Amino acid sequence: MYPSRFSYDAPTSVEEVIAILDQNGGEAKVLAGGQSLIPMLKLRFASPARVVDINGIPGLEYHRVDPDGTLRIGALCRHEDLEFSKILGNFPTLSQASSLVADPIVRTRGTFVGSLCHADPQGDWSATMIALGGKIIAQGPNGRREIKARDFVLGPFVNALAFNEVAVEAIVPPAKGKALGGYLKLERRVGDFATASVAVALDVDGDIVTRAGCALAGVGGRTIDANDAISVLVGKSLNSESIKEAAEAVAAAAEPRTDHRGSSSYKRHIVETFVTRILSNIANSEQKAA
Amino acid sequence: MTSLYDEVQAAPAAGVEVRRITVNVNGTDRTVDVEPRLLLAHLLRQALQLTGTHSGCDTSGCGACTVLMDGRPVKSCTVLAVQANGREVETVEGLATASELHPIQEGFKEEHGLQCGFCTPGMMLSAKALLERNPDPTEDEVRWALSGNLCRCTGYQNIVKSVLWAAKKMREQNQEA
Ligand SMILES: Cc1cc2nc3c(=O)[nH]c(=O)nc-3n(C[C@H](O)[C@H](O)[C@H](O)COP(=O)(O)OP(=O)(O)OC[C@H]3O[C@@H](n4cnc5c(N)ncnc54)[C@H](O)[C@@H]3O)c2cc1C
Ligand code: FES
Ligand code: FES
Repeated sequence: MYPSRFSYDAPTSVEEVIAILDQNGGEAKVLAGGQSLIPMLKLRFASPARVVDINGIPGLEYHRVDPDGTLRIGALCRHEDLEFSKILGNFPTLSQASSLVADPIVRTRGTFVGSLCHADPQGDWSATMIALGGKIIAQGPNGRREIKARDFVLGPFVNALAFNEVAVEAIVPPAKGKALGGYLKLERRVGDFATASVAVALDVDGDIVTRAGCALAGVGGRTIDANDAISVLVGKSLNSESIKEAAEAVAAAAEPRTDHRGSSSYKRHIVETFVTRILSNIANSEQKAA
Repeated sequence: MTSLYDEVQAAPAAGVEVRRITVNVNGTDRTVDVEPRLLLAHLLRQALQLTGTHSGCDTSGCGACTVLMDGRPVKSCTVLAVQANGREVETVEGLATASELHPIQEGFKEEHGLQCGFCTPGMMLSAKALLERNPDPTEDEVRWALSGNLCRCTGYQNIVKSVLWAAKKMREQNQEA
């Protein structure tokens, strides 16, 4: 299998990338880790006239935590950079997801930001970013703008970027109070996409939840934003009653479809179980710590 | 000079964009003209005749085509050849010297880490990348590092033993040195 013909550019600055995208009016595609785009080119699901490889742009590999606690992830930060990261202590949702994205070989190439741009309904990182209230920085001919992760994923494989914009950075705001969270994924084998997965991110003050975020992968035509559903936790502490209420609300927000990975009711049941499990784990480890 | 997909077609199409790339493969610089759509796996296997890199699924799922690019494992069916320009690529052919097997190869021999051998080159390169980062892995760490490489024969048990055997041998060699 090989892709149809395309022209190839390997610019060394974001400005050059934007100029090429702009000149090609939607016929050019950005190549980051290539772990979704190259398979699509080979299957000829995509056949762009130009491929703009951003791997040669220096200074985009970073992920760092600012003094105020904001996490910034550059466009060339690979999945494995996050898996082996030592600075994600305040971002348990991300660190737990990091070793569950694809397989170790894909993780050496695939990028966090590329995964958000790909907007796969089964993608892991989009779910974590929506739960965390993250943002994407897009840069185009008229400069930069911020897009909330929940507004970035528009549908299956459709993101909110204009044809002449490139995503340069992902941002996760600092927690107000203590950041707690988790990510659980059911996969048939390593490297498989999610049958169902759940991302939860909480800000907690004392034992009271001040912000609750949740999103789901694999159980809908796009990443499911379950932030409203899990907001039943806000103002409460985690106990068996509040956990049950939240798990039921989130499961109701899922839109699973029956396919080769399982029936719709099975997937909804997994979602409810995973929300319960993540929240119970948090409650238990907080009790031990207290 | 080879321009691969031009060979596949009856005649090279007029105006086809060709790139001259230089890739360091197993320590030697190789310069080749390629179409941008050429995959690294095809560069290695067809243009450079290094058929030790196996093509299993061709759909990014099996890891048989794994090679090291600047020391990290990549699926060569999911990287463009042009992306290897100016980089170092190591294939299974780069492991042994004329007289000696690499300890990882020895491990696969000693512990019977292969049956048909189709997955073996990819397994060995994933193992090499692991041992460079972590010379003393646990069994779980070996299983985790190899989890992107599928084997349809062995049931993995002996592959894991082979890698642990190689890790031990490499640690001993390092102590002697
Ligand atoms: C075997 C296999 C298993 C996988 N399993 C999983 C899994 O379990 N979970 C999961 O979440 N993913 C999985 N993936 C997908 C993987 O995570 C990809 O790395 C990811 O989806 C895309 O990131 P990339 O950097 O490789 O992007 P690319 O493939 O380079 O690009 C993907 C798309 O995003 C666009 N794009 C990329 N970067 C930018 C940017 N900075 N600005 C604008 N547009 C951009 C491209 O134009 C393209 O349309 C798997 C892939 C493989 C091959
Ligand atoms: S042949 Fe490349 S992953 Fe299977
Ligand atoms: S030995 Fe046959 S596939 Fe692994």
